[in-house]
Amino acid sequence: MSATPNGAAAQPFVAHPIRLTLNGQDRQLSVLPWTTLLDLLREQLDLVGSKKGCDHGQCGACTVLRDGKRINACLTLAVMCDGAELTTIEGLADGDQLHPMQQAFIKHDAFQCGYCTPGQICSAVGLANEGRAHDSAQIQELMSGNLCRCGAYNNIRAAVEEALPACSNVGGKP
Amino acid sequence: MNPFQYSKPADVHEAVHLSSAASRFIAGGTNLLDLMKENISRPEHLIDITGLPLNAIEETAGGGLRIGALVSNADLAWHPLIEQRYPLLSQAILAGASPQLRNMASTGGNLLQRTRCYYFYDATVPCNKREPGSGCPARTGLNRIHAILGASEQCVATHPSDMCVALAALEARVHVEGRGGARVIEFADFHRLPGDAPQRDNQLADDELITAIELPADNLARHSHYLKIRDRASYAFALVSVAAALELDGDEIIDARLALGGVAHKPWRDRAVEASLIGRTVSRETFSDAAEALLQDAEPLQHNGFKIKLARRAIIRALSDAAVAGEQP
Repeated sequence: MSATPNGAAAQPFVAHPIRLTLNGQDRQLSVLPWTTLLDLLREQLDLVGSKKGCDHGQCGACTVLRDGKRINACLTLAVMCDGAELTTIEGLADGDQLHPMQQAFIKHDAFQCGYCTPGQICSAVGLANEGRAHDSAQIQELMSGNLCRCGAYNNIRAAVEEALPACSNVGGKP
Repeated sequence: MNPFQYSKPADVHEAVHLSSAASRFIAGGTNLLDLMKENISRPEHLIDITGLPLNAIEETAGGGLRIGALVSNADLAWHPLIEQRYPLLSQAILAGASPQLRNMASTGGNLLQRTRCYYFYDATVPCNKREPGSGCPARTGLNRIHAILGASEQCVATHPSDMCVALAALEARVHVEGRGGARVIEFADFHRLPGDAPQRDNQLADDELITAIELPADNLARHSHYLKIRDRASYAFALVSVAAALELDGDEIIDARLALGGVAHKPWRDRAVEASLIGRTVSRETFSDAAEALLQDAEPLQHNGFKIKLARRAIIRALSDAAVAGEQP
Protein backbone atom coordinates (compact mmCIF):
# COMPACT_ATOMS: atom_id res chain seq x y z
CA MET A 1 0.00 0.00 0.00
CA SER A 2 1.26 3.44 -0.83
CA ALA A 3 1.00 6.34 1.55
CA THR A 4 -1.18 9.35 0.89
CA PRO A 5 0.34 12.84 1.32
CA ASN A 6 -1.22 13.19 4.75
CA GLY A 7 0.54 10.06 5.91
CA ALA A 8 -2.44 7.73 6.14
CA ALA A 9 -2.27 4.33 4.46
CA ALA A 10 -4.17 4.34 1.17
CA GLN A 11 -7.40 2.40 1.24
CA PRO A 12 -8.61 0.38 -1.74
CA PHE A 13 -11.23 2.12 -3.85
CA VAL A 14 -14.60 0.63 -3.09
CA ALA A 15 -18.01 0.73 -4.70
CA HIS A 16 -20.77 2.19 -2.57
CA PRO A 17 -24.33 0.88 -2.30
CA ILE A 18 -27.03 3.41 -3.17
CA ARG A 19 -30.81 3.23 -3.27
CA LEU A 20 -32.81 5.31 -5.73
CA THR A 21 -36.37 5.76 -6.80
CA LEU A 22 -35.72 5.92 -10.54
CA ASN A 23 -38.71 6.72 -12.75
CA GLY A 24 -40.97 5.39 -10.01
CA GLN A 25 -39.06 2.15 -9.45
CA ASP A 26 -37.03 1.28 -6.37
CA ARG A 27 -33.45 0.50 -7.45
CA GLN A 28 -30.59 -0.77 -5.32
CA LEU A 29 -27.26 -0.25 -7.05
CA SER A 30 -23.54 -0.27 -6.42
CA VAL A 31 -21.47 2.63 -7.80
CA LEU A 32 -17.84 3.68 -7.80
CA PRO A 33 -17.47 7.17 -6.27
CA TRP A 34 -16.32 8.84 -9.50
CA THR A 35 -19.29 7.63 -11.58
CA THR A 36 -21.47 10.56 -12.61
CA LEU A 37 -25.22 10.21 -12.55
CA LEU A 38 -25.20 10.63 -16.33
CA ASP A 39 -22.77 7.73 -16.81
CA LEU A 40 -24.75 5.58 -14.38
CA LEU A 41 -27.94 6.20 -16.36
CA ARG A 42 -26.44 5.74 -19.81
CA GLU A 43 -23.71 3.15 -19.32
CA GLN A 44 -25.01 0.96 -16.50
CA LEU A 45 -28.78 1.28 -16.68
CA ASP A 46 -29.20 1.70 -20.46
CA LEU A 47 -31.32 4.82 -20.00
CA VAL A 48 -29.81 6.70 -22.95
CA GLY A 49 -32.47 9.39 -23.27
CA SER A 50 -30.38 11.79 -21.17
CA LYS A 51 -27.63 12.98 -23.49
CA LYS A 52 -23.95 13.73 -22.99
CA GLY A 53 -23.44 16.97 -24.88
CA CYS A 54 -20.61 18.93 -23.27
CA ASP A 55 -20.17 16.86 -20.06
CA HIS A 56 -19.34 20.15 -18.27
CA GLY A 57 -22.72 21.58 -17.26
CA GLN A 58 -22.79 24.07 -20.10
CA CYS A 59 -25.36 22.61 -22.54
CA GLY A 60 -28.14 21.08 -20.44
CA ALA A 61 -28.61 17.98 -22.64
CA CYS A 62 -28.21 15.78 -19.53
CA THR A 63 -30.92 17.56 -17.50
CA VAL A 64 -32.92 15.24 -15.20
CA LEU A 65 -35.15 15.83 -12.18
CA ARG A 66 -33.88 15.05 -8.68
CA ASP A 67 -36.61 15.30 -6.04
CA GLY A 68 -38.54 17.40 -8.57
CA LYS A 69 -35.70 19.85 -9.25
CA ARG A 70 -33.83 20.03 -12.55
CA ILE A 71 -30.12 19.32 -12.36
CA ASN A 72 -27.21 18.55 -14.71
CA ALA A 73 -26.61 14.78 -14.42
CA CYS A 74 -23.09 15.20 -15.85
CA LEU A 75 -21.97 17.28 -12.83
CA THR A 76 -23.63 15.03 -10.25
CA LEU A 77 -21.94 12.06 -8.62
CA ALA A 78 -24.22 9.01 -8.57
CA VAL A 79 -23.03 8.13 -5.07
CA MET A 80 -24.39 11.49 -3.85
CA CYS A 81 -27.90 10.59 -5.11
CA ASP A 82 -28.43 7.91 -2.45
CA GLY A 83 -32.05 8.16 -1.28
CA ALA A 84 -33.11 10.49 -4.11
CA GLU A 85 -36.13 10.33 -6.36
CA LEU A 86 -34.96 10.68 -9.97
CA THR A 87 -36.99 11.24 -13.12
CA THR A 88 -35.45 11.05 -16.59
CA ILE A 89 -37.09 11.60 -19.96
CA GLU A 90 -37.96 7.88 -19.93
CA GLY A 91 -40.09 8.37 -16.83
CA LEU A 92 -42.28 11.30 -17.88
CA ALA A 93 -44.94 9.51 -19.94
CA ASP A 94 -47.72 7.59 -18.22
CA GLY A 95 -47.65 4.35 -20.22
CA ASP A 96 -48.60 5.34 -23.77
CA GLN A 97 -49.90 8.72 -22.61
CA LEU A 98 -47.23 11.33 -23.26
CA HIS A 99 -46.54 14.02 -20.67
CA PRO A 100 -48.15 17.37 -21.63
CA MET A 101 -44.68 18.85 -22.20
CA GLN A 102 -43.79 16.02 -24.60
CA GLN A 103 -47.07 16.52 -26.47
CA ALA A 104 -46.42 20.26 -26.74
CA PHE A 105 -42.92 19.72 -28.15
CA ILE A 106 -44.41 17.53 -30.90
CA LYS A 107 -47.26 19.94 -31.59
CA HIS A 108 -44.93 22.94 -31.94
CA ASP A 109 -42.19 21.04 -33.80
CA ALA A 110 -39.82 22.17 -31.04
CA PHE A 111 -36.76 20.32 -32.30
CA GLN A 112 -34.75 19.54 -35.39
CA CYS A 113 -32.01 16.99 -34.67
CA GLY A 114 -33.52 16.12 -31.29
CA TYR A 115 -30.28 15.73 -29.36
CA CYS A 116 -31.07 18.46 -26.83
CA THR A 117 -34.78 17.55 -26.61
CA PRO A 118 -34.79 15.16 -23.59
CA GLY A 119 -32.88 17.77 -21.59
CA GLN A 120 -35.10 20.59 -22.84
CA ILE A 121 -38.25 18.68 -21.82
CA CYS A 122 -36.94 17.66 -18.40
CA SER A 123 -35.77 21.24 -17.84
CA ALA A 124 -39.18 22.60 -18.83
CA VAL A 125 -40.90 20.23 -16.40
CA GLY A 126 -38.50 21.43 -13.70
CA LEU A 127 -39.39 24.99 -14.69
CA ALA A 128 -43.07 24.17 -14.19
CA ASN A 129 -42.32 22.72 -10.74
CA GLU A 130 -40.52 25.96 -9.77
CA GLY A 131 -43.56 28.10 -10.65
CA ARG A 132 -41.42 31.17 -11.44
CA ALA A 133 -42.04 31.60 -15.18
CA HIS A 134 -45.14 33.64 -15.91
CA ASP A 135 -44.50 35.04 -19.38
CA SER A 136 -42.52 34.41 -22.54
CA ALA A 137 -39.51 36.48 -21.46
CA GLN A 138 -39.27 34.65 -18.13
CA ILE A 139 -39.48 31.31 -19.92
CA GLN A 140 -36.66 32.36 -22.22
CA GLU A 141 -34.43 33.45 -19.32
CA LEU A 142 -35.22 30.41 -17.16
CA MET A 143 -34.60 27.97 -20.05
CA SER A 144 -31.15 29.47 -20.69
CA GLY A 145 -29.42 26.40 -19.25
CA ASN A 146 -30.45 24.34 -22.29
CA LEU A 147 -28.70 25.03 -25.56
CA CYS A 148 -30.11 24.02 -28.96
CA ARG A 149 -27.50 24.13 -31.70
CA CYS A 150 -30.22 23.78 -34.37
CA GLY A 151 -31.69 27.01 -33.06
CA ALA A 152 -35.23 25.75 -32.46
CA TYR A 153 -35.62 28.20 -29.59
CA ASN A 154 -38.77 29.95 -30.84
CA ASN A 155 -40.69 26.70 -31.10
CA ILE A 156 -39.27 25.40 -27.81
CA ARG A 157 -40.47 28.56 -26.08
CA ALA A 158 -43.91 28.24 -27.68
CA ALA A 159 -44.18 24.60 -26.57
CA VAL A 160 -43.12 25.39 -23.01
CA GLU A 161 -45.47 28.35 -22.80
CA GLU A 162 -48.42 26.26 -23.89
CA ALA A 163 -47.69 23.27 -21.67
CA LEU A 164 -46.74 25.05 -18.43
CA PRO A 165 -50.29 25.40 -17.10
CA ALA A 166 -50.98 21.70 -17.75
CA CYS A 167 -47.92 20.48 -15.83
CA SER A 168 -48.58 19.16 -12.37
CA ASN A 169 -45.68 18.44 -10.07
CA VAL A 170 -43.52 15.66 -11.49
CA GLY A 171 -40.66 13.75 -9.98
CA GLY A 172 -41.22 14.13 -6.27
CA LYS A 173 -41.86 17.11 -4.07
CA PRO A 174 -38.67 19.04 -3.34
CA MET B 1 -11.38 12.13 -13.36
CA ASN B 2 -8.92 10.45 -10.99
CA PRO B 3 -10.14 7.73 -8.59
CA PHE B 4 -10.81 8.91 -5.05
CA GLN B 5 -12.11 7.81 -1.68
CA TYR B 6 -15.59 8.95 -0.69
CA SER B 7 -16.96 9.71 2.77
CA LYS B 8 -20.23 11.18 3.95
CA PRO B 9 -19.91 12.49 7.52
CA ALA B 10 -22.97 13.22 9.62
CA ASP B 11 -21.76 16.32 11.47
CA VAL B 12 -19.36 19.24 11.02
CA HIS B 13 -16.92 17.95 13.64
CA GLU B 14 -16.51 14.64 11.80
CA ALA B 15 -16.21 16.43 8.44
CA VAL B 16 -13.36 18.71 9.47
CA HIS B 17 -11.53 15.84 11.18
CA LEU B 18 -11.72 13.76 7.98
CA SER B 19 -10.17 16.56 5.93
CA SER B 20 -6.56 16.75 4.80
CA ALA B 21 -4.46 18.66 2.27
CA ALA B 22 -5.38 15.97 -0.29
CA SER B 23 -9.15 16.04 0.36
CA ARG B 24 -11.90 18.35 -0.79
CA PHE B 25 -15.35 18.97 0.60
CA ILE B 26 -18.12 18.52 -1.97
CA ALA B 27 -21.68 19.88 -1.88
CA GLY B 28 -23.14 20.94 -5.25
CA GLY B 29 -20.00 19.88 -7.07
CA THR B 30 -20.78 22.15 -10.03
CA ASN B 31 -17.28 23.62 -10.18
CA LEU B 32 -15.23 20.95 -8.40
CA LEU B 33 -16.36 18.04 -10.62
CA ASP B 34 -15.78 20.17 -13.71
CA LEU B 35 -12.22 20.87 -12.51
CA MET B 36 -11.71 17.18 -11.75
CA LYS B 37 -12.84 16.20 -15.26
CA GLU B 38 -10.18 18.56 -16.64
CA ASN B 39 -7.56 17.14 -14.22
CA ILE B 40 -7.10 20.63 -12.75
CA SER B 41 -8.18 19.33 -9.35
CA ARG B 42 -7.15 15.81 -8.35
CA PRO B 43 -8.33 15.19 -4.78
CA GLU B 44 -7.64 11.78 -3.27
CA HIS B 45 -10.67 11.97 -1.04
CA LEU B 46 -14.04 13.67 -1.44
CA ILE B 47 -15.94 14.48 1.74
CA ASP B 48 -19.63 14.76 0.91
CA ILE B 49 -21.04 17.42 3.23
CA THR B 50 -24.63 17.25 1.97
CA GLY B 51 -25.65 15.26 5.04
CA LEU B 52 -24.64 18.06 7.43
CA PRO B 53 -27.36 20.15 9.11
CA LEU B 54 -26.47 23.41 7.32
CA ASN B 55 -29.66 23.98 5.34
CA ALA B 56 -31.53 26.64 7.28
CA ILE B 57 -32.13 30.35 6.71
CA GLU B 58 -32.68 31.88 10.14
CA GLU B 59 -33.22 35.38 11.53
CA THR B 60 -30.42 36.62 13.78
CA ALA B 61 -30.87 38.54 17.03
CA GLY B 62 -29.48 41.65 15.33
CA GLY B 63 -32.18 41.69 12.66
CA GLY B 64 -30.09 40.04 9.96
CA LEU B 65 -30.15 36.58 8.44
CA ARG B 66 -27.95 33.54 8.86
CA ILE B 67 -27.81 31.37 5.74
CA GLY B 68 -26.66 27.78 6.08
CA ALA B 69 -23.76 26.91 3.78
CA LEU B 70 -25.76 24.14 2.08
CA VAL B 71 -28.74 26.28 1.04
CA SER B 72 -28.86 26.04 -2.75
CA ASN B 73 -28.34 29.16 -4.84
CA ALA B 74 -31.90 28.78 -6.19
CA ASP B 75 -33.49 28.40 -2.75
CA LEU B 76 -31.53 31.40 -1.51
CA ALA B 77 -32.43 33.67 -4.44
CA TRP B 78 -36.11 32.81 -4.18
CA HIS B 79 -36.43 32.82 -0.39
CA PRO B 80 -39.11 35.34 0.64
CA LEU B 81 -36.87 36.97 3.28
CA ILE B 82 -34.04 37.41 0.78
CA GLU B 83 -36.33 38.81 -1.92
CA GLN B 84 -37.80 41.23 0.61
CA ARG B 85 -34.75 42.35 2.63
CA TYR B 86 -31.81 41.67 0.31
CA PRO B 87 -33.13 41.96 -3.26
CA LEU B 88 -29.58 42.82 -4.39
CA LEU B 89 -28.46 39.31 -3.41
CA SER B 90 -31.44 37.72 -5.12
CA GLN B 91 -30.75 39.63 -8.35
CA ALA B 92 -27.07 38.77 -8.32
CA ILE B 93 -27.67 35.05 -7.84
CA LEU B 94 -30.29 34.94 -10.59
CA ALA B 95 -27.86 36.72 -12.94
CA GLY B 96 -25.42 33.83 -12.60
CA ALA B 97 -25.18 30.31 -14.04
CA SER B 98 -28.29 28.41 -15.19
CA PRO B 99 -31.39 27.22 -13.32
CA GLN B 100 -29.99 23.67 -13.19
CA LEU B 101 -26.67 24.84 -11.72
CA ARG B 102 -28.42 27.14 -9.24
CA ASN B 103 -30.47 24.14 -8.03
CA MET B 104 -27.24 22.24 -7.38
CA ALA B 105 -24.74 24.87 -6.25
CA SER B 106 -24.48 25.64 -2.53
CA THR B 107 -24.07 28.99 -0.81
CA GLY B 108 -20.69 28.00 0.65
CA GLY B 109 -19.48 26.51 -2.61
CA ASN B 110 -20.29 29.67 -4.53
CA LEU B 111 -17.58 31.47 -2.53
CA LEU B 112 -15.06 28.78 -3.45
CA GLN B 113 -15.52 28.86 -7.22
CA ARG B 114 -12.24 29.04 -9.06
CA THR B 115 -11.45 31.44 -11.85
CA ARG B 116 -12.57 30.72 -15.40
CA CYS B 117 -9.26 31.99 -16.85
CA TYR B 118 -8.69 29.86 -19.97
CA TYR B 119 -5.08 29.20 -19.03
CA PHE B 120 -5.98 28.01 -15.54
CA TYR B 121 -8.41 25.53 -17.14
CA ASP B 122 -5.85 24.22 -19.67
CA ALA B 123 -3.51 21.73 -17.99
CA THR B 124 -1.16 21.77 -21.01
CA VAL B 125 0.03 25.37 -20.42
CA PRO B 126 1.74 27.10 -17.48
CA CYS B 127 -0.36 28.84 -14.82
CA ASN B 128 0.86 30.26 -11.51
CA LYS B 129 -2.51 29.60 -9.90
CA ARG B 130 -2.45 25.93 -10.91
CA GLU B 131 1.31 25.35 -10.67
CA PRO B 132 3.03 28.08 -8.63
CA GLY B 133 6.10 29.44 -10.37
CA SER B 134 5.24 28.07 -13.82
CA GLY B 135 4.29 31.44 -15.34
CA CYS B 136 1.24 33.38 -16.49
CA PRO B 137 0.43 33.13 -20.22
CA ALA B 138 -2.62 35.37 -19.71
CA ARG B 139 -0.50 38.43 -18.98
CA THR B 140 0.70 38.57 -22.57
CA GLY B 141 -1.87 36.29 -24.18
CA LEU B 142 -5.64 36.29 -24.58
CA ASN B 143 -6.69 38.52 -21.69
CA ARG B 144 -9.96 40.10 -22.76
CA ILE B 145 -11.80 38.69 -19.70
CA HIS B 146 -9.03 39.37 -17.19
CA ALA B 147 -8.46 41.76 -14.30
CA ILE B 148 -8.07 45.54 -14.47
CA LEU B 149 -7.71 46.04 -10.70
CA GLY B 150 -5.55 44.43 -8.03
CA ALA B 151 -3.71 42.05 -10.37
CA SER B 152 -0.07 41.03 -9.92
CA GLU B 153 2.81 40.01 -12.17
CA GLN B 154 1.95 36.45 -11.16
CA CYS B 155 -1.76 36.42 -11.95
CA VAL B 156 -4.44 38.48 -13.74
CA ALA B 157 -7.37 36.12 -13.11
CA THR B 158 -10.81 37.32 -12.00
CA HIS B 159 -13.22 35.83 -9.49
CA PRO B 160 -16.25 34.50 -11.39
CA SER B 161 -19.08 34.77 -8.83
CA ASP B 162 -22.02 37.15 -9.06
CA MET B 163 -23.37 36.21 -5.63
CA CYS B 164 -20.09 37.22 -3.98
CA VAL B 165 -20.26 40.72 -5.47
CA ALA B 166 -23.58 41.28 -3.71
CA LEU B 167 -22.31 39.67 -0.49
CA ALA B 168 -19.33 42.05 -0.54
CA ALA B 169 -21.63 45.05 -0.92
CA LEU B 170 -23.90 43.76 1.86
CA GLU B 171 -20.92 43.26 4.22
CA ALA B 172 -21.68 39.60 4.83
CA ARG B 173 -19.71 37.60 7.37
CA VAL B 174 -18.42 34.11 6.63
CA HIS B 175 -18.72 31.57 9.45
CA VAL B 176 -16.16 28.78 9.20
CA GLU B 177 -15.21 25.83 11.35
CA GLY B 178 -11.98 23.85 11.46
CA ARG B 179 -10.23 21.43 13.79
CA GLY B 180 -9.11 24.36 15.91
CA GLY B 181 -12.66 25.67 16.33
CA ALA B 182 -14.93 28.20 14.70
CA ARG B 183 -14.19 31.74 13.49
CA VAL B 184 -15.92 34.50 11.57
CA ILE B 185 -14.31 36.22 8.56
CA GLU B 186 -15.47 39.59 7.22
CA PHE B 187 -16.41 39.18 3.58
CA ALA B 188 -13.90 41.80 2.45
CA ASP B 189 -11.13 39.69 4.01
CA PHE B 190 -12.33 36.29 2.81
CA HIS B 191 -10.99 36.35 -0.76
CA ARG B 192 -7.38 37.32 -1.50
CA LEU B 193 -5.65 39.37 -4.12
CA PRO B 194 -3.20 37.21 -6.11
CA GLY B 195 0.07 38.87 -5.02
CA ASP B 196 2.86 36.31 -5.17
CA ALA B 197 0.61 33.40 -4.06
CA PRO B 198 -2.15 33.24 -6.69
CA GLN B 199 -2.74 29.56 -5.90
CA ARG B 200 -4.58 30.73 -2.80
CA ASP B 201 -7.97 32.19 -3.67
CA ASN B 202 -9.06 32.85 -0.09
CA GLN B 203 -8.12 32.71 3.59
CA LEU B 204 -9.55 29.25 4.36
CA ALA B 205 -7.24 26.64 5.84
CA ASP B 206 -7.37 23.08 4.42
CA ASP B 207 -9.40 21.79 7.36
CA GLU B 208 -11.84 24.70 7.47
CA LEU B 209 -15.40 24.37 6.26
CA ILE B 210 -17.79 27.25 5.56
CA THR B 211 -20.82 26.66 7.78
CA ALA B 212 -22.90 29.81 7.23
CA ILE B 213 -23.07 33.28 5.70
CA GLU B 214 -24.45 36.01 7.93
CA LEU B 215 -26.10 39.12 6.53
CA PRO B 216 -26.27 42.11 8.88
CA ALA B 217 -29.41 44.23 9.07
CA ASP B 218 -29.33 47.29 6.80
CA ASN B 219 -31.51 49.95 5.20
CA LEU B 220 -30.35 49.28 1.65
CA ALA B 221 -33.11 47.01 0.35
CA ARG B 222 -35.19 49.70 -1.29
CA HIS B 223 -32.50 51.35 -3.39
CA SER B 224 -30.32 48.56 -4.71
CA HIS B 225 -29.49 47.18 -8.11
CA TYR B 226 -27.27 44.46 -9.59
CA LEU B 227 -26.12 45.15 -13.14
CA LYS B 228 -24.29 42.46 -15.10
CA ILE B 229 -22.65 43.05 -18.48
CA ARG B 230 -21.74 39.92 -20.44
CA ASP B 231 -21.16 38.64 -23.95
CA ARG B 232 -24.60 37.05 -24.31
CA ALA B 233 -28.00 37.79 -22.82
CA SER B 234 -27.95 35.00 -20.24
CA TYR B 235 -25.82 32.17 -18.83
CA ALA B 236 -22.40 33.78 -19.20
CA PHE B 237 -19.81 35.11 -16.78
CA ALA B 238 -19.62 38.86 -16.21
CA LEU B 239 -17.25 41.06 -18.16
CA VAL B 240 -18.16 43.69 -15.60
CA SER B 241 -20.84 43.60 -12.93
CA VAL B 242 -21.88 46.17 -10.35
CA ALA B 243 -23.67 45.73 -7.04
CA ALA B 244 -24.98 49.16 -6.04
CA ALA B 245 -27.01 50.02 -2.93
CA LEU B 246 -28.01 53.37 -1.46
CA GLU B 247 -29.81 54.61 1.61
CA LEU B 248 -31.48 57.90 0.72
CA ASP B 249 -33.16 60.76 2.53
CA GLY B 250 -34.96 62.44 -0.31
CA ASP B 251 -32.14 63.05 -2.79
CA GLU B 252 -29.41 62.95 -0.16
CA ILE B 253 -27.22 59.87 0.12
CA ILE B 254 -27.09 58.57 3.72
CA ASP B 255 -25.21 55.34 3.02
CA ALA B 256 -23.71 53.79 -0.10
CA ARG B 257 -22.27 50.45 -1.17
CA LEU B 258 -20.55 49.72 -4.42
CA ALA B 259 -18.87 46.47 -5.45
CA LEU B 260 -17.57 45.34 -8.82
CA GLY B 261 -17.38 41.84 -10.29
CA GLY B 262 -15.41 40.58 -13.29
CA VAL B 263 -12.58 43.07 -12.76
CA ALA B 264 -10.35 41.57 -10.05
CA HIS B 265 -9.26 38.44 -8.18
CA LYS B 266 -11.98 39.21 -5.62
CA PRO B 267 -15.15 41.31 -5.50
CA TRP B 268 -13.79 44.88 -5.70
CA ARG B 269 -14.86 47.40 -3.11
CA ASP B 270 -13.38 50.76 -2.05
CA ARG B 271 -14.75 52.12 1.20
CA ALA B 272 -13.25 55.56 0.64
CA VAL B 273 -15.27 55.90 -2.56
CA GLU B 274 -18.44 54.81 -0.75
CA ALA B 275 -17.74 57.31 2.03
CA SER B 276 -17.27 60.07 -0.55
CA LEU B 277 -20.85 59.53 -1.73
CA ILE B 278 -22.33 60.15 1.71
CA GLY B 279 -23.89 63.60 2.04
CA ARG B 280 -23.99 64.20 -1.71
CA THR B 281 -27.18 64.35 -3.74
CA VAL B 282 -28.29 61.83 -6.32
CA SER B 283 -27.06 63.00 -9.71
CA ARG B 284 -25.14 61.79 -12.71
CA GLU B 285 -22.21 63.96 -11.64
CA THR B 286 -22.12 62.37 -8.18
CA PHE B 287 -22.14 58.87 -9.64
CA SER B 288 -19.62 59.77 -12.32
CA ASP B 289 -17.22 61.07 -9.66
CA ALA B 290 -17.57 57.78 -7.77
CA ALA B 291 -16.87 55.78 -10.93
CA GLU B 292 -13.75 57.83 -11.70
CA ALA B 293 -12.46 57.41 -8.16
CA LEU B 294 -13.12 53.66 -8.05
CA LEU B 295 -11.30 53.11 -11.33
CA GLN B 296 -8.42 55.56 -10.93
CA ASP B 297 -5.89 52.76 -10.38
CA ALA B 298 -7.26 50.48 -13.10
CA GLU B 299 -4.57 49.05 -15.38
CA PRO B 300 -5.49 47.56 -18.73
CA LEU B 301 -3.83 44.56 -20.34
CA GLN B 302 -3.55 44.31 -24.11
CA HIS B 303 -7.12 43.14 -24.76
CA ASN B 304 -9.21 44.28 -21.80
CA GLY B 305 -8.87 48.06 -21.86
CA PHE B 306 -12.53 48.28 -22.86
CA LYS B 307 -13.42 47.08 -19.36
CA ILE B 308 -12.38 50.39 -17.80
CA LYS B 309 -14.80 52.42 -19.90
CA LEU B 310 -17.43 49.69 -19.55
CA ALA B 311 -17.04 49.63 -15.76
CA ARG B 312 -17.29 53.43 -15.54
CA ARG B 313 -20.57 53.43 -17.44
CA ALA B 314 -21.89 50.37 -15.58
CA ILE B 315 -21.21 52.01 -12.19
CA ILE B 316 -23.09 55.17 -13.18
CA ARG B 317 -26.01 53.17 -14.55
CA ALA B 318 -26.19 50.78 -11.58
CA LEU B 319 -26.15 53.65 -9.05
CA SER B 320 -28.73 55.56 -11.09
CA ASP B 321 -31.00 52.50 -11.28
CA ALA B 322 -30.50 51.84 -7.56
CA ALA B 323 -31.53 55.42 -6.78
CA VAL B 324 -34.87 55.06 -8.56
CA ALA B 325 -35.49 51.42 -7.57
CA GLY B 326 -38.43 51.04 -5.25
CA GLU B 327 -40.02 54.31 -6.46
CA GLN B 328 -43.57 54.23 -7.76
CA PRO B 329 -43.63 54.66 -11.55
